[in-house]
Amino acid sequence: MQFYSNLSIKQKQIVWAWGFLALPVLFYGIIRFYPTGTAFVISFQEWNLLGDRTWIGWENYIELWNDPVFWKVFVNTFEYLLIGTPLSLVVSFIIAYHLDKLRFMHGFLRMLYFLPFMTSAVAMAWVWRWFYQDVPIGLFNNLLAAIGIPQIAFLNSTTNALPAVLAPAVWAGLGFQVIIFMAGLRAIPQSYYEAAKIDGVGWWTVLTQITIPLLRPTIVFIVVFSSIGFLRIFDHVFNMTTNNPGGPLNSTKPLVLMIYDIAFNGFNMGYAAAQTVVLFLILLLVSLAQLWLLRSD
Amino acid sequence: MTRYLKGMALAGMSSAMALVGSAASAVEIEYWQYFFDARVTAMEQLIENFEAANPDITVKMTHFPYADYRTKVAAAIPAGEGPDVVQLFYGWLNDYVAADLIQPLPAETFPASQIDEDFFPMVQAMKDGDQYWALPTAVRSLALFYNERLLDEAGVEPPTTFDEMMTAAKAMTKRDGAGNITQVGMTAGMTAQDHHWWREGLIRQFGGEPYLDDYQTVNYNSDAGLQALEFYASLFSGDDAVSAIGFMDEPQAAFKAGRAGFHIDGSFRIGSLDKTRGLKWGVTELPATAEGARSNYSSYWVNAITTKAEGEKYDAAVKFMEYVTSDEAMQIWLDVVGELPAKPSVGLTEANANNETYGPFIRGLAYANTTKFANESGQRQLMVEMVERMTLEGMSAADSLAIAAEAEQKILDDYYK
Repeated sequence: MQFYSNLSIKQKQIVWAWGFLALPVLFYGIIRFYPTGTAFVISFQEWNLLGDRTWIGWENYIELWNDPVFWKVFVNTFEYLLIGTPLSLVVSFIIAYHLDKLRFMHGFLRMLYFLPFMTSAVAMAWVWRWFYQDVPIGLFNNLLAAIGIPQIAFLNSTTNALPAVLAPAVWAGLGFQVIIFMAGLRAIPQSYYEAAKIDGVGWWTVLTQITIPLLRPTIVFIVVFSSIGFLRIFDHVFNMTTNNPGGPLNSTKPLVLMIYDIAFNGFNMGYAAAQTVVLFLILLLVSLAQLWLLRSD
Repeated sequence: MTRYLKGMALAGMSSAMALVGSAASAVEIEYWQYFFDARVTAMEQLIENFEAANPDITVKMTHFPYADYRTKVAAAIPAGEGPDVVQLFYGWLNDYVAADLIQPLPAETFPASQIDEDFFPMVQAMKDGDQYWALPTAVRSLALFYNERLLDEAGVEPPTTFDEMMTAAKAMTKRDGAGNITQVGMTAGMTAQDHHWWREGLIRQFGGEPYLDDYQTVNYNSDAGLQALEFYASLFSGDDAVSAIGFMDEPQAAFKAGRAGFHIDGSFRIGSLDKTRGLKWGVTELPATAEGARSNYSSYWVNAITTKAEGEKYDAAVKFMEYVTSDEAMQIWLDVVGELPAKPSVGLTEANANNETYGPFIRGLAYANTTKFANESGQRQLMVEMVERMTLEGMSAADSLAIAAEAEQKILDDYYK
């Protein structure tokens, strides 16, 4: 107590600040940073969860570099990102743009778009998995068969499976993005539109010169947010392909699923940790790009 | 106030004494298994019977979802927590031994020569020198399930040979106008039990030996392996296919829904089929070749004493192990879980071996082999991909087989190095 009363006001403020900060600092230190640090260490070790950990240097990373499955999975992960992000961005913008202009049943429609976002990804994935089945049970293929079109192999195909898995993931994220876009649209001052109207400018010019430029912070946020989401895609893929996770022939396997499989089915923790480090670096780069984009605003 | 506090302290002390006193006369041991409804129920019965016979021992069972099981065991035992008796898959034994998680069963109570004699031969995989590391209560094998209604409708009989099976399956396959299969004669899919049937059944029946050197060397990239793969692929390829990969999502789902004539599966499927309303099913031994060659696959879960059990807990654990490997326990396990007794003395009783449902599985044990997996899901995945390369990419059976054999050898090499 003597010690505390001898402190200056400035020092006391610091003590109090750290007192309050202690909880989150401890939380982040123990729950976040300590395991993250351990993952980096394990990535240089060989460990099957049961035995001792042995130091093997860069061997896990060398194995990763030479693993054709890893590169296939790497490409898949970026396919999810490069198809999923632009697609969901464009679709959600179009929906938000038109929904914003609509007055009739506005709240109800907005709720309908938001509903999938609140639904459990697992339940959704299983329902879509059923949609995609072959005849006699699949919804889509039964419809096709009913009108005499040959059935399509959705999930049991190396080319169709990835888009088929991605579709419900994009759909599920739409609601959230529509809401964010609508908030962004409402934040644009009406005076700009009034000025444009007085000048007699067409809707295309209004869209490209006023709306989209002023939506930039919103767009950056959604791009970064959904990019991280698609880079970490797991639950949709895992649940739609549980019998053959990431299949057929690894054509739908994202990085996170490969990490899960190697760690908790193969019990090769070191190799899995090396992959998490790679995933971490990818996510880090995406986040740095976000900071850079926001700063130049 | 002071008197009140003193009274409280005294009461606390005496109740603490009472606790110590009761702990001295009773031993509590802990048993861990993964969660599967019927297994938990069966174990509860076993524990009840065991405690009735040994009033000074209590057994506390803890179960976890399968997905967390290995992680929890690995974390708990080295920390001195967790089970005294633990259940593990036979394929994990090497890892558990290497990690010093379990100790060998005492040779006085479990003499190896006696166990060799009493148990079905595949259990010998648990033996090291003249000591056993672990023992099963029950084992599993494969058999051919058939849908009685579909057999009657097509006017065919349950098969005993491959040829009969194929003929019957063809008779039960139905297609719609566009040629899409709407009912399969037989289910197919390496994701289910078919990879076991292929490895330990078909390859051996075609005259091959799937692995050499105690399952450390892949040996199926051979004529027998190729014939086995071509036979398997003939189920779902060509215009006269009797099956389709991924039909109704999962093989067992198609069979349950009454849309499949035949389905190969383990004895653990009996329980869920029994609960399926409107399904009339029967089961028969896996079909033989024309020459009568048969082969089957068997697997099992074992119980072992952990390194954590010492002193009186160890003695209690030994007693508990004795009970769960007794004839009585095996019969309870068969009745409750539907898994087969690990001893011929229980399994091959008149009543069990001729039982309409369990009989085919139990008879299959006599010619069953147990694959020693290094990474079961990884090795299964290679079989799945072997078939996918043929169906989705049009690769020849020989090329696809060679790739699978090479990839599996790599898994084994990494594991045994």
